[in-house]
Amino acid sequence: MNGPLLFLPLIPLLPFAGFLLNGLFGSRLPKALVTLIALLAPLGSLAIVAHDAYLFWSGAITFPVIEQGAPTWISVGTLHVDFGFVLDQLSLTMLLIITGVGFLIHIYSAGYMAHEKGYWRYFAYLNLFLFFMIVLVLAGNALLMFVGWEGVGLASYLLIGFWFQKTSAADAGKKAFVVNRIGDFGFLIGMFLLLANFGTLTFSEIATKIGENPGWTGGVLTCIAICLFVGAAGKSAQIPLYVWLPDAMEGPTPVSALIHAATMVTAGVYMIARSHAIFDRSPVALSVVAIIGAATALFAATMGLVQTDIKRVLAYSTISQLGYMFLGCGVMAYSAGVFHLMTHAFFKALLFLAAGSVIHGIGGEQDLRKMGGLRKKLPVTFWTMTAGVFAIAGAPFLSAFYSKDAILYAAFQQGTFGRVLWAVGLFTALLTSFYMFRLWYLAFFGKQRAPELHPHESPWSMLGPLVILALLSIGGGWIGIEKFSEWLAPAVGTHAVEAAGGIPEWAFSVIAVSMGLIGWLVAHVLYFAKPDQPAKLAGSFSVPYKVLVNKYWVDEIYNALIVKPLLMISRFLLEWVVEFAIIGGVVWLLAGIALLTGAILQKWQSGNLRSYAAWLAAGAAALLLFAGAVLLAANGVDIKWAGWK
Amino acid sequence: MGGVEMNAIDSYILTLILLVPLAGALLIALLPDRGKLSAWIALLTVLASFGLTLHLPAHFLAGQPGFQFEVTQPWISNPAINYHVGIDGLSLWLVVLTGLLAPVGVLASWNVIQTRSKVFYALFLVQQTAMFGVFVALDLMLYYGFWELSLVPMAILIAMYGRKEGPKAATKFFLFTFIPSAPLLVAILWLYAKTGTFNFTELQSAIAGGALPAGALFWVALAFLFAFAVKVPIFPLHGWLADAFSEAPVALAMVIAGKLGLYSMLRFHVALFPEQVKCVAPVLIALTVIGILYGACLALVQRDFWRLIAFGTVGHFSLTTLGIYGLTLTGRTGAVYQTLNQGVMEGALFVLLGVIYSRYESSQIAAFGGVAAKLPRTAVFFVITSLAMVGLPMLNGFVGEFLILSSTFIGVSQGWATAATVSVILGAAYTLWLVQRVFYGPESALATEKPAADLRWNEWIVLAPLALLMLMMGLAPGLWLPTIESSMKLAPIQQTSSSQRILLPPLAVTFHDSKEAAR
Amino acid sequence: MIPLSWYLLLSATLFCLGIVGFLVRRNLITIFMSIELMLNGVNLSFVTFAHQWHLVKGQIFVFFVMVVAAAEAAVGLAIIIAIFRARATLAVDRIDLMKL
Repeated sequence: MNGPLLFLPLIPLLPFAGFLLNGLFGSRLPKALVTLIALLAPLGSLAIVAHDAYLFWSGAITFPVIEQGAPTWISVGTLHVDFGFVLDQLSLTMLLIITGVGFLIHIYSAGYMAHEKGYWRYFAYLNLFLFFMIVLVLAGNALLMFVGWEGVGLASYLLIGFWFQKTSAADAGKKAFVVNRIGDFGFLIGMFLLLANFGTLTFSEIATKIGENPGWTGGVLTCIAICLFVGAAGKSAQIPLYVWLPDAMEGPTPVSALIHAATMVTAGVYMIARSHAIFDRSPVALSVVAIIGAATALFAATMGLVQTDIKRVLAYSTISQLGYMFLGCGVMAYSAGVFHLMTHAFFKALLFLAAGSVIHGIGGEQDLRKMGGLRKKLPVTFWTMTAGVFAIAGAPFLSAFYSKDAILYAAFQQGTFGRVLWAVGLFTALLTSFYMFRLWYLAFFGKQRAPELHPHESPWSMLGPLVILALLSIGGGWIGIEKFSEWLAPAVGTHAVEAAGGIPEWAFSVIAVSMGLIGWLVAHVLYFAKPDQPAKLAGSFSVPYKVLVNKYWVDEIYNALIVKPLLMISRFLLEWVVEFAIIGGVVWLLAGIALLTGAILQKWQSGNLRSYAAWLAAGAAALLLFAGAVLLAANGVDIKWAGWK
Repeated sequence: MGGVEMNAIDSYILTLILLVPLAGALLIALLPDRGKLSAWIALLTVLASFGLTLHLPAHFLAGQPGFQFEVTQPWISNPAINYHVGIDGLSLWLVVLTGLLAPVGVLASWNVIQTRSKVFYALFLVQQTAMFGVFVALDLMLYYGFWELSLVPMAILIAMYGRKEGPKAATKFFLFTFIPSAPLLVAILWLYAKTGTFNFTELQSAIAGGALPAGALFWVALAFLFAFAVKVPIFPLHGWLADAFSEAPVALAMVIAGKLGLYSMLRFHVALFPEQVKCVAPVLIALTVIGILYGACLALVQRDFWRLIAFGTVGHFSLTTLGIYGLTLTGRTGAVYQTLNQGVMEGALFVLLGVIYSRYESSQIAAFGGVAAKLPRTAVFFVITSLAMVGLPMLNGFVGEFLILSSTFIGVSQGWATAATVSVILGAAYTLWLVQRVFYGPESALATEKPAADLRWNEWIVLAPLALLMLMMGLAPGLWLPTIESSMKLAPIQQTSSSQRILLPPLAVTFHDSKEAAR
Repeated sequence: MIPLSWYLLLSATLFCLGIVGFLVRRNLITIFMSIELMLNGVNLSFVTFAHQWHLVKGQIFVFFVMVVAAAEAAVGLAIIIAIFRARATLAVDRIDLMKL
């Protein structure tokens, strides 16, 4: 297109350049230079994104920008896939979040990882992650999105296993990759179905084709949508594939903030919003998305109630919040889902980074039971964390208040089915508020429970991003869902929202806020006013408590039902029975026949020269006789020898 | 070569490629076995032959029907065996790949082969000629000669340089691959008896003409297939592979399986017997899908990394074979591309495993752990190679895998394709588990005790280009795919009519629920 | 003129004597001589036919056979001597190293 330059390819390529520089030469570069390269890359991307956003704002370009004539990637037969990018309201929003929050977390990391041996390696991976994430978001077709999709999985694998000498970290990295692969399996099948039915993987072409055929509902579209959702559930840690995310907390905390809270895990939500044209036509798939989302939100929140590791509380909280976003998508409130995605990116990144600051400040301890009374020692961390806690709990006029309400409101309007989901979401909000305030009280109030720790406030390279994110967590939702929907509408479509049976919208807000208040009050009573109560409660509700502490034994169940049987079948049935007994048996049988024949014929080979000679002579004689007989019989040759009278 | 002016060298370039390794082998055989002399000669020879192979893509005319750089010289008048060589888009890159892997093999053997290096390198070069020969021969008898020749040095070298039970593995390899060659020879001779020619093109048209008895032709095609299927290998004929991988020197292990058999399937089975192939294709599709899952499952439970890779390889090559016998254009193109990918990946993988084995003298996975801290660069290359094998987009494995799986899904069978796609999960599981057990975690006793050096120069200059190639083949498959595709298009195979049809027409199913009503 | 059959009968007799000698004798030298006898039986029939049909080919063949026989004698005797040195016997029953 002729118009102002957008530099789209540069947005991902800058972090990639950062990855290459630091990855290839980082070990030999001075630390300052490594930091500079690592920080400049996302900053450059952010600048370009801002530039493009400004171009749009000033009216110089119109969305969507679909890159034409991009270099071809794969072209065989009728399959044609290129490196084409697409920039519209949706991808621009995502890009701003990714590069913006990403840049802040890069700054934070420079402080957090300052004493790490593999400093360069860390930043190389982090830049690699940004590269793939940007590719994922900008991709104009499903396969290119899959490149980013798998790529962020790779970066996540590398970063979770950053401390690879720790067995648990290496395990967690592998688990994340393999569980994600299960989701990718669904994504791949979804793409095959798309190819089979549409002959293309380009989002815009698919949307056009669907738009041209208003009669297409359900059927194969449901299959495609469900397959894509399996992929989304893997990446975004939804039931039943959420198990990798809590373990992923083995990675460095800024990684948890960037990848496992703010950006990568929201890729599933983005993917659904991006392919909304398909989901719109499949009520069944939408219901599945909504139900899974709501169920995950509730299920993860219950597990978050009793976690003692500060990062794991946040991990389950992330899963739960992602459930909200899917709930939003499932009721076709894509903009509400993406809205929550954005505010969540702010406050969850903030919470993780603040948690990281706490962990950093007390020398690597992550157990909430050993914290306490850190309010005075870590004042900046405390106040920013407070902003985050209030935001996620849905305190009025903070960011999540707007986004969560929008999702719940949209759910409520979907008939009886929607009201059940709404009630689940509401209850989850209560739980959310409870476990977040529990964390807040345990970490910052009361007395310090582990006297051997010497808390100290983190450096400003870490606190700076915290403050900015705190401001965003507070004000990130002020744009309001109406404006935001309007902004996203060209990308995700408008889905008329009707008034909910005459109930005014503010009533919903009041109910939601009161849920948050109840959660806060309960946490206040249990963890501030009467700190000995939780132990007693755990004692009197020992069965449910045990279930929650053991996370419903889901890992164990998966292990017993899938992993163990697979290995057992592979070892005993496949290796011993099929490989050794059957296939090996047949080979040995054939070899045995050969050996047996050999053993019999070997008797002939007496080693006695004269016996060989005798056989030779007999054979020659037999052959002569035979040949003679045959010749005579066949030709009736009249042998007339000269002189033979 | 139709109106195009022919470069002088074009007419004998293939002959040159065949002769250079042989000349090198002769030179090594004649000179004394002193120090690194044989190794240097071998290296220079294979570099020269690699350089010669690069001439081919540079002067190859894509999209032109028939064979290029073709040479026909009468050799034996009765039976009419000709020295007839030539290449098309199918064999073009395989020849280059063979040329590329030869220096890789020599350099990977550089420090490993210490004794009787003269024999090793001489036989290695003979093997090289044989493999080139298989890819360029267009006379069936000539092809058969090269095919057999490729087995012999391999078997001898496995026997001589095996790690523990070389002779046993060599015997197994030889019997497994040699016995099926007998029916192959009979089948070739039968064709000659019926048609009076060994010429590939003539045979192709003779068979297509339908003059030959269909019943007998079925068995002939089966004999061809049997020989190739063992060499690939395809489940359940893979019995030799695990032992061969465990024992073969890395330079040979990287070429022992896969490309020769896969190429032969495409050229001398699918393209030669299109009608007969259609009968066996469903069986093969089933077998390959079983092989894909079977290989992956067995790889999960192996305790020895050579064996793990062997079963993984069964799975990978089964996938490639699936692409071939799906009989779709995209699938076959993807299969050829995947064969190239496999060559590059297996090359790098065996160099790396060779590095680990030579440093620690163990292949028991349980003995390892935390090696990444000791051999960081090895670990980096290993992870890159593993990711390519797993099929990570942007690395080469993904492109072929996607082409094969998607074409199978669209054009052949959704069920089988879905089952085959499960391998993306299992593949990731066993590969990353291997990486984790060898490289990650706390340092094992073995890793602590043995002071092991990271990559040496000879390993560096092999691995870096291979890694780069993996990236390039993943990012810009357009450099390779068009040539391959053009030859695949020209091959006289009737596309199955189902290949492009819409399998599940969007059903006009309406769901009447509250949401629909609300709209 | 002596009929052809007489020559041939003589040739066959020589050949059969050679065979019988080869089979029944134990001494390696005797066996060796039996082989020579067989060769000469064949030579005789070559010469006979050559003479009969006035063709020189048969006689040329005889020369070939004689040359090969001479070479064989040289190599064979050398081997026999080597065997005798090693085993101190020439009885073929004892020389059964070819047995597995």
